[in-house]
Amino acid sequence: MSERSLRGKTAIAGIGETTYYRHGKSPDSEFKLALEAIVRACEDAGVSPRDVDGFASYGNDRSDGPRLAAALGVKELRFSNMFWGGGGGGVCGAVGNASAAVATGMADCVIAFRSLAQGQFARYGRSGGSPLVGGDDAFLFPYGLMSPAQRFAMKVTRFMHDHGIGQNALRAISLACYHHAQNNPNAVMQGRPLDEAAYDASRWIIEPHFHLYDCCQENDGAAAVLVVPAEQARDLRHAPAYVLACGQGADHRSAAPVHNMPDYPGSHFRSLAPRLYAMAKLAPADIGIVQCYENFTGGVLMSLVEHGLVAADAANEVLVKDNLIAPNGGMPLNTSGGNLAECYMHGLELVIESVRQMRGTAINQVKRNEAAIIIGGPMVTPVSSLILGSEATL
Amino acid sequence: MSTIYLPAGLPAPTTAPDGLADPYWQGTREGKLRIQKCRGCGAWQWGPEWICHRCHSFDLGWDEIAGRGRIYSYERPHHPVHPALNGHGPYIVVLVELPEYGGVRMVGNLLGDPLQAVPIGAAVEAVFEPHDDATPPFTLVQWRLVG
Repeated sequence: MSERSLRGKTAIAGIGETTYYRHGKSPDSEFKLALEAIVRACEDAGVSPRDVDGFASYGNDRSDGPRLAAALGVKELRFSNMFWGGGGGGVCGAVGNASAAVATGMADCVIAFRSLAQGQFARYGRSGGSPLVGGDDAFLFPYGLMSPAQRFAMKVTRFMHDHGIGQNALRAISLACYHHAQNNPNAVMQGRPLDEAAYDASRWIIEPHFHLYDCCQENDGAAAVLVVPAEQARDLRHAPAYVLACGQGADHRSAAPVHNMPDYPGSHFRSLAPRLYAMAKLAPADIGIVQCYENFTGGVLMSLVEHGLVAADAANEVLVKDNLIAPNGGMPLNTSGGNLAECYMHGLELVIESVRQMRGTAINQVKRNEAAIIIGGPMVTPVSSLILGSEATL
Repeated sequence: MSTIYLPAGLPAPTTAPDGLADPYWQGTREGKLRIQKCRGCGAWQWGPEWICHRCHSFDLGWDEIAGRGRIYSYERPHHPVHPALNGHGPYIVVLVELPEYGGVRMVGNLLGDPLQAVPIGAAVEAVFEPHDDATPPFTLVQWRLVG
């Protein structure tokens, strides 16, 4: 029996994104944004949108596959898939699910996408509405523990306490993202540079570790990638970004109610990461492109540790700005600005940036661009990660 | 009228639609802290679920426990995310570990000065905080440092 693996069977052949906006500033409806991103991904690959035969998304995206298929004149819809769970935990999972459909012959040409116009719907960082809460929230909301930042802050408090990690490590993550965004014309935070003093002076969202600049934006926009069989990708316009591995899921009981997950001070990749690297047949040291979803900088810290990219006891030394910026840093991080400073496109912008880096067309180009890791949605559950590789990695 | 730590108007707990947590909230109204204890394997379980995650027994009892624990982690939110918190200022949320009961954890507020230092590992005890004026009335469990 052949090895069961996604490795090298599919590739990202096209990437597309809309203009990214501050929340509430998109002149276009959320569904129109989705259509624009998808059409651009198809154009980038040189594929007609009519030949798309599947859609995969996550985060309860409101732009559903059948409507997209009808709007685009898709000839035949063969795959319509939603990754369970909120936030950006499913960003890499959606690409992985699209790849799984293509690798197994269920579909041939699948879009993984996210469309989000928070100005037109609810925001994540505001609570309100219902005067009564049930389920897990009944044990949290009455204590003023409601927003995503509040749900995750205590994980970060404990992790940094356990490992003696200082605030400067989180500051460096934020500074690197803002640094990279300054060169990126589609970054919402272009023209708004951040330095140490401004970070330190920024208001607390949550003590002891979340300043304003440790928290992601909320935005309007859409982004899409096109996944096709590896052999087909070789005949298209761009060098393929092969899917080497996808890991998705959750550690043992990571959704245990009322903050009772056994591995509390973590971001939920501890059991996933070894599976990911095993499928990719790569080690952390082989990877030069690192894109890690920032809902909050503390989640970046923990997920870099869980993926073996940073040792917890070395975090204070490794997570310094100069080490995290392209082109000369040892581990350039979130080279388009990420969720913090490019756009909170629920991490799909990180997948797109990885592909640009592998093609050699990134604005902040890294030197080692044969393999990329994308880490999605730390601290939510389930989470997902992806490793992409060039032809040379196959 | 009793004092409450956070302003009135935050979402209130309900056990709808399935009633799973009814024994907990009925208990706090009576000044009793109850969590699940599996009748099959004897393990403590929190938060509430219909099945024991260890032995898969559906026979979960609710036993009264002593409200004693230690601070496992904390946060001090400043930014108000709910209208009831506008203008209120920072407050402390603690995650309390209960070593006597299988290390289950509970979330509450740490009573006292909202700007106080919060020592991880410090001993805390439960304090019942009735909201008698709410409709329907409910009682939260809060925590305060011991000694």
